Amino acid sequence: MTLSELPLHASAKVEDVQDLHPNDAIARRLRELGFVNGEEVRLVARGPVGGEPLLFQVGFTRFALRRSEAARVRVRTEGVSA
Amino acid sequence: MSGAVARLALVGNPNSGKTALFNQLTGSRQKVANYTGVTVERKEGRMRGPSGREYAVLDLPGAYSLHPASLDEAITRDLCRGFYPGEAAPDALICVIDATNLRLHLRFALEVRELGKPMIVALNMVDAARRRGIEIDVPALEKALGVPVVETVAVQRNGAKALVERIDGLVPQLASQPLQQPVEAGEHHAQVRAILEAAVRMPSRTGKIDDTLDRWLLHPVYGLLTLAVVMFLIFQAVYAWATPLMDGIEAGFGWLGEFAAAKLPEGPLSSLLVDGIIAGVGGVIVFLPQILILFFFILALEESGYLPRAAFLLDRMMASAGLSGRSFIPLLSSFACAVPGIMSTRSIQDPRDRLATILVAPLMTCSARLPVYALLIGAFIPAKTVWGVFNQQGLVLFALYVAGILSALMMSWTMKKFRRDKSEHPLMLELPSYRLPNPRDLAVGLYERAMIFLKRVGGIILALTILLWFLLSFPGAPENATMPAIDYSFAGQIGHAMAVIFAPLGFNWQICIALIPGMGAREVAVSSLATIYALSAADDDAAIQALTPVISDGWTLATGLSLMVWFIYAPMCISTLATIRRETNSWKQMAFATVYLFAAAYLAALVTYQVAKALGAG
Repeated sequence: MTLSELPLHASAKVEDVQDLHPNDAIARRLRELGFVNGEEVRLVARGPVGGEPLLFQVGFTRFALRRSEAARVRVRTEGVSA
Repeated sequence: MSGAVARLALVGNPNSGKTALFNQLTGSRQKVANYTGVTVERKEGRMRGPSGREYAVLDLPGAYSLHPASLDEAITRDLCRGFYPGEAAPDALICVIDATNLRLHLRFALEVRELGKPMIVALNMVDAARRRGIEIDVPALEKALGVPVVETVAVQRNGAKALVERIDGLVPQLASQPLQQPVEAGEHHAQVRAILEAAVRMPSRTGKIDDTLDRWLLHPVYGLLTLAVVMFLIFQAVYAWATPLMDGIEAGFGWLGEFAAAKLPEGPLSSLLVDGIIAGVGGVIVFLPQILILFFFILALEESGYLPRAAFLLDRMMASAGLSGRSFIPLLSSFACAVPGIMSTRSIQDPRDRLATILVAPLMTCSARLPVYALLIGAFIPAKTVWGVFNQQGLVLFALYVAGILSALMMSWTMKKFRRDKSEHPLMLELPSYRLPNPRDLAVGLYERAMIFLKRVGGIILALTILLWFLLSFPGAPENATMPAIDYSFAGQIGHAMAVIFAPLGFNWQICIALIPGMGAREVAVSSLATIYALSAADDDAAIQALTPVISDGWTLATGLSLMVWFIYAPMCISTLATIRRETNSWKQMAFATVYLFAAAYLAALVTYQVAKALGAG
């Protein structure tokens, strides 16, 4: 599944970030911000209108992502403490 | 080492406390300007070490990476590498990292280290880290990074003393780091994990306060309620609290003008001084209270971490109109006055969103339109109750506000459709930990805003005011003049010529002439109308009183409505235009704003007049 499908307050582990096109600067930035394999992320909050943006905790930092950005991050939920 | 003064550059992630550290290092000895050709702020200051050596310190824009995603980050990269045109390469880099957010910030420090420049790491906010139970072994961190690491607390007095001493001792003999092969993003994270393992012990969960605050402040209901209260407070403050100060400044300059007029012999020199220069300077300074109050709130909200949260709450709504969550406060402030509103767009990172916000800000109904609306509504709209509860005059005023907002949304939406650059606007907004704003940083920030306004915008406003004075004063009225002096001036002649173009809107020549001084400030159009109709009135209220019977008899309802609609759009404010010029650093954008707003005003007023006339109001 991808980060954009994560239920509210659920945690997951990052698999990888997928480039939507060659040289995807947004995907590169997501990796730089810490969305890399093995990192634990949690969906902390959703925006009040249309459930967007999504607020993720990764490491000690909170980042708000739009749905299209979060959809680039593949995650797994097995073996993650809730 | 190049030159006598060593050049240091502060680099670091956004929210690393870099600017607070910069304030701490340089005190008030800073210079704020823009990098050549762009509107990214360039801050430089001087610092003296215990040895007496002087250092030039440059505060680079915050960056997450040296692979830039924005203009700010590109400038940081180029400057660090010494490639930025017109800027000397820094002799050493001070990389500022937040001790409570090491995972993210160490990654950037590793990237900076690969540049091979002499470098010191400032481990900032160590006090906050200790409070959270994060233990950092500084010697081990130094060993793992291979560069000196110094603990700092940027918001505390003397919190950077150790750093200054270390710089002073080290910089003269700092060796360059061996240039390293850049590695993939994943690699950096692996290195960071290894460093954290070796040098840092941290509890698994941190930031309890952040969790609690975010649960309330980002809540779909309570979060929006809080935001509404905060917005209301800001709006109240900018709109109401500034008024007595502004009245005081106006009265002060009025008195100064009268004093000068009484002392000087009557003639063009006295007129230039009183009506041109003193009135012009007063017209610049009168904006200061609003600017200072608005920026006090914005800086405090930004520092405390709430501003990004507000952007989070509003992002979806604003994005659908082609703006961003951060556009909200500038637009709200523009209801008081577009000048501070446009200046506050500096907090919008995406240049496209920022430009769109600047271009629609003049459509918000600012307080200077109120005297004009008050005059026209009073003269043409009967004060009767409609639908049982509503006052018809109030409804019209409300409609004028709504028309401005809807036009702004339509305009920004249209600009989004026609933008050549259709690439995705990423949000990727960091919501930093909450912290108490530091009074010193607030004071420095406010001082900078005030100086930017007075120096950069003030000059243009003053020059245009003097030009306007010239148009209104020359040539003087002949000996046997039967009309008010303005009628004979260049402005009067222009007004008469304009009447032909404005006839389809229902504007007579008196209105056209009043529009010219109205360029100085919209409300001046009211007192000018009074002058043109040869009425004597002491102030705006008296002018409205005296004018109301004249225009309600002399103008048709269609003309009145048309003029109201004109004022929704027309950029009748040289101060706003001057601010747009400064904040976009482009005459082209200013010209675009002027032309599109006048075109919209002309078309909307034309339609209003012709429809009203067809319906029998002509």
